[in-house]
Order: sequence, then structure tokens, then C-alpha cells
Amino acid sequence: MTKYRIERAPAPGWMRILIPLLAIPVTFLLTSVIILLDGANPFTTYYHFLVSPLAGRVSAIEVFVKSTPLLLTGAAVAFAFKGGYWNIGAEGQLYAGAIAATFVGTVLLDVPPIIGIPAMVIGGFAGGLLWALPSAILKVKLGVDEVVTTLLMNSIVLNVTSFLLNGPWRNPVSMWPQSPEISAGTVFPQLIPRSRLHFGIIIAVIVILIIWFVISRTSFGLKMRAIGLSKEGARFAGIKVNKTMLIVALVSGGIAGLAGAGEVAGIHFHLIDAISDGLGYSGITIATLGGLHPLGVGISALFIGLIDTGAQTVSRVLGVPVYLGDVVQSTLLLVTLSLFVLQNFRIRRVN
Amino acid sequence: MEFTLFLVGLIAATLRVATPLIYGTLGELFSERSGVLNLGIEGTMFLGAFVGFAAASLSGSLWIGLLAAIIAGLLAGLLMALLSVRLGVNQHVAGLGITLLTTGLSLYAFRVIFGESKVPPSIESFPMLSILPETHILAPITNQYLLTFIGLALIPVVWWIINKTRFGLQIRAVGENPEAADAAGLNVYAIRTAALAIGGSLMAVGGAFLTMAQLGSFTFGIIAGRGWVCIALIIFANWKAVNVLWGALIFGGVQALQLRLQTLGFKLPYELFLSLPYVVTIIALTIAGRNSSAPSALLKPYRRE
Repeated sequence: MTKYRIERAPAPGWMRILIPLLAIPVTFLLTSVIILLDGANPFTTYYHFLVSPLAGRVSAIEVFVKSTPLLLTGAAVAFAFKGGYWNIGAEGQLYAGAIAATFVGTVLLDVPPIIGIPAMVIGGFAGGLLWALPSAILKVKLGVDEVVTTLLMNSIVLNVTSFLLNGPWRNPVSMWPQSPEISAGTVFPQLIPRSRLHFGIIIAVIVILIIWFVISRTSFGLKMRAIGLSKEGARFAGIKVNKTMLIVALVSGGIAGLAGAGEVAGIHFHLIDAISDGLGYSGITIATLGGLHPLGVGISALFIGLIDTGAQTVSRVLGVPVYLGDVVQSTLLLVTLSLFVLQNFRIRRVN
Repeated sequence: MEFTLFLVGLIAATLRVATPLIYGTLGELFSERSGVLNLGIEGTMFLGAFVGFAAASLSGSLWIGLLAAIIAGLLAGLLMALLSVRLGVNQHVAGLGITLLTTGLSLYAFRVIFGESKVPPSIESFPMLSILPETHILAPITNQYLLTFIGLALIPVVWWIINKTRFGLQIRAVGENPEAADAAGLNVYAIRTAALAIGGSLMAVGGAFLTMAQLGSFTFGIIAGRGWVCIALIIFANWKAVNVLWGALIFGGVQALQLRLQTLGFKLPYELFLSLPYVVTIIALTIAGRNSSAPSALLKPYRRE
């Protein structure tokens, strides 16, 4: 008779792909409980959640619009986590990028797009990078835990944003807490006429390709992966841990900043308090769901973009509260996290 | 005389602002002393605020509401324990996930129960105690909510539990050196789970104070980063229960002062005041560096081999 034994050993590689796929039905099963509590049919709800948005042209494009900042925050978080730097601050870095882009867009008047657009991209990246800088320096110079500092930097930038919008940048005409509009030359071009899909998604795809190349094909990527696995081990192998980690942290911040620049230059054309509303935290979900792999991040970001769009469809068609999207997203994160524990085990046949 | 009135009003407001922070920080203290950073605090406070409000509104009893909030917080703590202690997953990601989940669930349930009414629903909130007659000059300070006094009383109680009882010793042991604690026959998982459950309940009461005592209604921005302030305060307090009082009072005092100065017509960039606790904490972390009393096993999942 054959017996099976569970032992602690790395699971086979295909488990890494299977786990997120397995997490999806488990999540739907769990969340159908609260759909039933609202008196709705889970099957109909999930049809409108996942299929309806893709059926119509407008809503299908909207999925990509929603995914644009998510691709970038997901990439930012995955890049940092892969390099052993626990950047919880993508949300704040996104805001800093949005502030910097708004500054660029309102200062550069009468510039042609060929100058204006690169300036916005550089501005957004620099804003996010600068906001990531204090935590990164404290981490490598003094060993201060980055989880808490990056988290607190999020709260600070929210206050800075509302200070700017209620003070120096308050719209002089409407008196609303929103900044003046950015100039025409700094607006990201639309990719499809009469839609909100903008140049930002091209930036996002390029960024994902670049980080994939850097992580898997360069010596820098090898170093950061080594640090991600074990800082002591990497140090022992002669890798300059602090220098590598500093670069990883700053690039991660810059990428998150690009997401903010995209929202300003491609969607809103001015700064508002609610420019993000959790896109940076969704980045953590996306990075986890994607197994910290750039390709996985790309797919997860599109999936979370679909959930965000679907939540609105469900709310419009069935009257189920739009917050179902938040519940599904966070349940998916926790379920995936739990299932990833299975990666540490292997089932072996014993005779 | 006018200054006395101003001062009395300020102290009274300070105590009110400090109350949810005291509960939240004491809750986080339990978690962190046992070795788990619970970033679910922001959402757990939100959940407590919502469940307390909704249960009180549906049952018509404030005490049932408070009990429901405590149970909800306990469950959030147990979920954190399941993920971070039993399964040993990454603590900060699990904690943030719990914050996202409890916030989303509260918002969803709020819409299901109360619909999208134009007028925000409200409850008859806890009354303030009248210890001194209204006319007494110190009445604003003494006549606070019962939950404020309980919160203040909890500080020495938590100090006593953590430093003087067997259970507290076990919490500290698993937070400092889980391997040694395990070797000494302690059940690391069970102790951390208990600490997280107690912590979650306290956090939820902090949130419930806002809806059930101070405001009497539930708004989506009700917690507004108070949980993150608690994360900051615990570092400021150097993981010591008694210092939680000073941290919460100083922060509460600064908030109360800027609110008062604003109503008096001073034009202040209040957002910068709101950022103070975060900035001070980052500076405190920098200065204290490795000399802090952070539990040694904080952020390290424990696995029995």
C-alpha cells in the first residue's frame, strides 16, 4: 500500500502559478456569503463582476484605465519586496508623484508635448523617489525599520496634499480644494478617442518590461534577489547590501510616483485629495498575488482593474454596494497569502 | 478667568481626543509585546466604530453595541493570529490585508443595513457623566464619557498585566525569545493568539468610542489615520504602557489646541499639525535607533521545527 507523507520542502514550481489561480474560486466562495446577506444571487453578481465589464467596449477600455496606476504601484511594490525592502509607502509615493507632476504641469506653460510629457514623467518619478528617500536612508544608514517609516510617510503626504489644496493651490475660481489645471502641453495623449485610456499605460508596460529585465537578466537583479532571500547570505557573498537596497527603495518610490503623475496628466488634469484612494495599498495586493514576478504583477493588475470596474457594474445593475470590490480584493489577498504557505510543503509518496 | 476657561476647555478636549488613541495603542501594545506588529489596527478601529454603531442602532442598546464591537475586534485579532501566528505569513502584508478587509466589510455592511439615505443615521450616544455640577469651573474636565475614564484606568491595569502577572511574563517571553519560551514549555502560538485577540478588542473599543460616545453617528472618514497614529505612539512610548498615557495626552493636547486656536479665528495650517505625530515618531525612531525597547522577536514569525 502506498502512503503519502507531507514534509517541509519547497513545493514544485507549478504550485507558484496554481496558488493564485486556486485563490480566486476560494475567494468567490467566501465572498458569496456576504452577497447572499444582501439578498443578491452570487452567480449573477459574479457574472456582472467579471464578465459584463469585458462585454462592452466602453467598460472594457475602462478596465485598462483602472489598471494603469495599478500596474505601476504593483510593479513598485514587487520590485521593492523582491529586493528585501518592505516598502509599504507606495500610496504616499504615488501622492508625492502626483504633487510633483501637478507642480510641473502648472509651472510649464506653453510647452510643446515633446517637452511637456517627458517633464511630467521625470517629475512624477522624482517626486516618488524623493518621498521614498528618508525611509530608505534611515534604513541603510541607521537600520531603522522601513515598514513603519514608509507607512507613516503615507499619512504625512496626505496632510501635505490637503494643505496644498486648501492653501496655495486652492482653485481660485471655484474655491474647491483642487489645484489649477495643468497646461495643455503636459497632458498625456489619449490612446483611443473618446475614452480615458491614456499614454500612462504605455509607460506602465515599459516599466514592467524593464523591471522584468533588470530582475532576471542583470547582475544587479541577481544581487537584489540574493538580498531578498537573505541579507546575511548576500553580505557574506560580498554583495554591497546597503547600496543595492538604497537603489531598489528609490526606484520603487519613483515607479509609484509615475502612477501619480499618470493620474494627474491622463485622468484628472489637476490634483485632488482623492487622487489615489488606496491604489498604493492595492499595489501590495497585486505584488503578492503576482508572486512578485513582473509578469504576474501585470496579470494581477489587470485582474484587480477588472474587479474595480466590475464592482461599479454590480452596483449599477444589481444595487449591491460598490464596496464589494474592496471586500473581494482584500479577501483575495488574504487567501493568496494563506495558500502561499503551501509552497513550503511537498507531498511525497512513501512505500 | 478667560484663560482658566480656555485651559479647562483645552484639558477636557485633550482627554476626549486621547481616548481612542489610548485604547488603540494599548491594543497594539499587547500585539507587539507578544512579537506581532498588527497593521490591522486602522481597519480594526474602523470595524469597532461601525459594529458598535450598527449593533446599538439595531438593538437599541448601547451596551449590546459595545459588546458587539468588542467581539468584532476579537475576531479581527483572531484572524490576524490565524494568518501571522498559525500560518506564519508576512506580518505587514497580513495586517494591511486585514485593514483593507475590515474597512471594506464595514462599508459594505453599512450600505446593506442603512442604505444610501441622505440623512446620516444616528444613535442616542453614551451620556457624559456628571461628576461635578454643570456650573462648577472644572466640570468640563471631570464630566467626561465613562469610556474615557475606563481608558485611563486601563493604562495601569495593562502595565500590571504585562509586568506583574504570569500571563504578562508569557507575553513578554514569546515577544523577546519565542525559541526559549517554547523550550521552557510555553505554547507560543496560543499566547500570541490571546495577545492579538485582547489587542483587537481594545482597538475596536477605541473606534467604538468615536461613534457611540463622541459623535453618535458613523462617517466613512471616522478613523482617519488614528490607527497609524497609534502605531506611531507605541514607538514614541518605547513599548511601555505608562508612556502610552503621555504620548496620547501630548498628541491629544496638540490636536485640541490647534482646534481651539482655529475656532478662535487663528489661521493655522492645521494639516501640518496633523502630521506632527508622524514626523516626531520618525525622528524618535532615528534617535533611539537600536537602543529602543522594541520586542526582539517583533516581525519574526515563529515556526516550531
